Amino acid sequence: MTSISEQFGRDDWTRFTLRQKLTRWGTLAGCALAIIWALSSIRVVWDWVWGAPEQIGDLFGRMYPPDPSNLDTILKVLWDTVNIATFATAFAVLLSLPVAYISAQNTTPNRATLWLGRLILVTSRSVNTIIWALLFVAIFGPGIVAGIIAIMFRSIGFIGKLLGEAIEEIDTRPVEALEATGASRFKVIVYAIIPQVMPTFWAVTILRWDINLRESTVLGLVGAGGIGIILQGAIDTFNWPEVATILLAIIALVIMGEVISAFLRRRIL
Amino acid sequence: MLKITDLVKRYGTGEPVLKNLDLTIEGESVVSIIGSSGAGKSTLLRCINQLVKPTSGSIVLNGTELTALRGKNLREARRKIGMVFQGFNLVDRLTVMENVQSGRLGYISTWAAITRRYPKADIRRAFELMERVGIAQYANTRADQLSGGERQRVGVVRALMQQPEILLADEPTASLDPKTSEQIMGLLRDLAGELKLPVVINIHNVTEAKEYTDRIVGMRYGRIIFDDKPDKLDEAAMEEIYAGSPHADRGGDRVKAS
Amino acid sequence: MSAPRDTWVKPPFIANPVLRWAVYLGLIGYFGWVGLTMPIDWNRVAEGIGRAGRIFGGAFPPSFERSGLLIDGFLESLKIAVLSTAGGVLLSIPIAFMSARNVAPLPIFYMGRAIIIIARSFHPVIVAILFVKAVGFGPFAGVLTLIIYSIGFVAKMLAERIEEIDFGQVEAVRAAGAPYFSTLFYAIFPQIMPRQIGLAIYQLDSNLRASAVVGIVGAGGIGATLANAFGRYDYDFALAITIVIVAVILFSEAVSGVIRKRIQ
Repeated sequence: MTSISEQFGRDDWTRFTLRQKLTRWGTLAGCALAIIWALSSIRVVWDWVWGAPEQIGDLFGRMYPPDPSNLDTILKVLWDTVNIATFATAFAVLLSLPVAYISAQNTTPNRATLWLGRLILVTSRSVNTIIWALLFVAIFGPGIVAGIIAIMFRSIGFIGKLLGEAIEEIDTRPVEALEATGASRFKVIVYAIIPQVMPTFWAVTILRWDINLRESTVLGLVGAGGIGIILQGAIDTFNWPEVATILLAIIALVIMGEVISAFLRRRIL
Repeated sequence: MLKITDLVKRYGTGEPVLKNLDLTIEGESVVSIIGSSGAGKSTLLRCINQLVKPTSGSIVLNGTELTALRGKNLREARRKIGMVFQGFNLVDRLTVMENVQSGRLGYISTWAAITRRYPKADIRRAFELMERVGIAQYANTRADQLSGGERQRVGVVRALMQQPEILLADEPTASLDPKTSEQIMGLLRDLAGELKLPVVINIHNVTEAKEYTDRIVGMRYGRIIFDDKPDKLDEAAMEEIYAGSPHADRGGDRVKAS
Repeated sequence: MSAPRDTWVKPPFIANPVLRWAVYLGLIGYFGWVGLTMPIDWNRVAEGIGRAGRIFGGAFPPSFERSGLLIDGFLESLKIAVLSTAGGVLLSIPIAFMSARNVAPLPIFYMGRAIIIIARSFHPVIVAILFVKAVGFGPFAGVLTLIIYSIGFVAKMLAERIEEIDFGQVEAVRAAGAPYFSTLFYAIFPQIMPRQIGLAIYQLDSNLRASAVVGIVGAGGIGATLANAFGRYDYDFALAITIVIVAVILFSEAVSGVIRKRIQ
C-alpha cells in the first residue's frame, strides 16, 4: 500500500499504462504500415506526381477567364438536371413507401416479406448511382430516362431505410387504441402510423432531393443525361473556359439546392 | 350483458396471468376492478376486446362469443366495445376531431377515412359529445397541445363515438392529477347513466373506486377474490387484496373469496 | 345553445387559401409540363425491355473467372482509400482550424469556408475527371480526388467540433503561460481528437465506396475494372464485380460501425 505521502514523493508520472501505450503505438504502427504498403505498391508514375502541382495549376490557368458564350445551353441542361433529380426523388418516394412498410419489423406481414424488404434496401443502397447509371444506360440508351431510373434506384434504399426505422420507432399505443375500435389494418395505418412518420418522411425526402441534385450533375459523364454530358463534351474538346463556366453553374446549382431545402425544412417541419 | 367463464391467459409457458376467472356484468352498472400491479387487471380488460388472445375460456357479449372471432367478425365485434387507456393513446399529430372520428373507423368507408369526409351524423354526434365533456372548442386543435385531462376527454369521446355496448377503461386516471382524475371518474359515471352503458374500470385508487362505482371486483394474482358493493369493501377485504406474500397465491391452492 | 354543427373540414396545411392554391397549381403545373416536355425517346426506351432481358441473360451466372483482375482492382481501390484518407484527414486539420469561427480571424475564416464549400459542391466523379485530365489516368488521380472529397466532409465536421470546444480550458492553459503550440496540444487537441479519429474511420469507409466509383471515369481501382467490363459487354464479369463491391461495402460498413462504437 502506498500512503499519500509516498505518492506525494513520486517524481514520475505517465498518462497511460503500459498496456494502453502498447495499444496506442500498435494502432499507430498499423496505420503507418498500411500507408507504407499502399505507397510502395501503388501503380503510379512518380514523375507525374512531382509534376502534378504544375499540371493542375496549368489546367486552372487555362480555365480562366470562364467563357459564358454557351450559357443558354448550359442553363438549359442545368434545368434538365434539376428535373432529373426532382422526378427521380418523387418516384423514389412513392416506391419506397411499400418497401419501408415491409422492411419495418413491426409492420411487415411475415418474415419472408421482411427479408425481401431488407434485400431491396441493401441492394439499392450498396450500388452507387453511377453504377446504376451504367446499367440503365446500357438498357435504355443514353438520355434522361436512364438518369432518372438510376437515381430512383439508389434513392429507394436510402429513403426506405430511414422511413423503415421511423416506422419501427413509432408509439404503438395509438395503434393499439385504433385496433380496439375495430378499424381495419389499412385504416390503422392511415390514422395511427402515417401521421407519426410524416415528419421523418418530409425530412428524408428533402434531404434526398438535395443529395440527388448533386448526384444528377455527374450522370451525364456516363451518358445518363443532365449537365454532365456537356461537361464531358467540353473536357473532351479541351474547351477549358467553358468547363469553368459549367463548374461555376454546378456550384450555383448546389448552393441553390441547399438554400431551397433549408427553406422547405423550416416551413414544413 | 358481458359473461366471462373460466377464462385463462398464459403468456408463453409460465404461470397463468388469469386463472379460471368468472365474471358477469349486467345492465348499466359501473364496475371497478382493483388489485395490485400484476394482478391481471389489464390483461383481463384486453382479453375482453381480444387485444390479448385468451388461452382458454369464454367471453360472451350480448350473445356473441368473442374468443372465437377472427378478421372481419372480430373487427365488427370490437366496434361494440369502447376502450379508454391510461396513456390516452391519441394520435398526437392529428386534430382532436380526427382523433374523435377515429372511433368511427370501423363503420365508415376507407375513402371517407382517408379524405376525412365524415358522415354528417357522425360529425353532429362528435360535436354533441365534445360539447358534453367540454372540449368542443378544440375540434381543430392538434391532440398534443391539450392538457392531460383534456386528452383523456378526447379518449372518452373517441370510445363513445363507437356507440359501444360496453365501455372498458384501463387505469383512465392514473396519468392525471387528483382533481382532473375526479372529474374524469365523475364523467365516466354520469355518461354510463346517460347512455345506459355498462362501464368496467381498472383502477388503483380505491377511494375513487368506492365513490364513483356501483360494484367493486378485487383481483389478486389472476383470481377474483372480492366482488361486492363498495360499502362491503372493509379493511379485511383490502388487506386480502393488497397485502400478503405473492408466493402463497402463486402456489395456486387459495380458495376464491366470493 | 345552438344546435351542433354537422359539417367539419380538416384545417388545411397552408392556411392562406391563395398561397395554398398557388402551391398546388405550381406543383401540378411543374410535374405536368416538365413530364410532358422531357426529351425522351420512347421508342428507344421501349426497346430497352428486350435489351434488359439480353443484359441480365448475359450477366447470369456471374463469372469469377478473371478473379486475378478483380483482386488487383480491389487492392488498388483499398490503397487509394488508405492514402486519400491519410492525406485528407491530415490536410483537413489546418483547414478545419481556418474555418472555425472561434479560433480563426475573419479573412482566414472565409477562405477556409470557401475551400470546404468548393470541396463539397463537386461530386467526386467531377473532381476525378478533372484530375484525370491534369495528371493522367490511374490511381494517383483517384487519390487526389478522394483527398478533396475527404476534406469536404472531415474539415466541415471538425470545424463544427472546434466551434463547440470549451474555451475555459484554453484560457486556463494560456493563463499558465503556455506558448501557442502548447495551448494547441494541451487545450484544443484533447477536445477534438476523439471526434477526429471517429471521422477518419468513417471517411475510410466512405472513401472505399467512392473509390469504386471514381474509377469509372479513369481514376483507377475496381471502378476502372467495372467500367471496362461494361464497355466490353462482359456483363457476367460486371455482375461478379458488382457483387464483390456490395459485399466489401457491407463488410467495411459493419467493421467501421463496430470500431466507432468501441472508441466512444
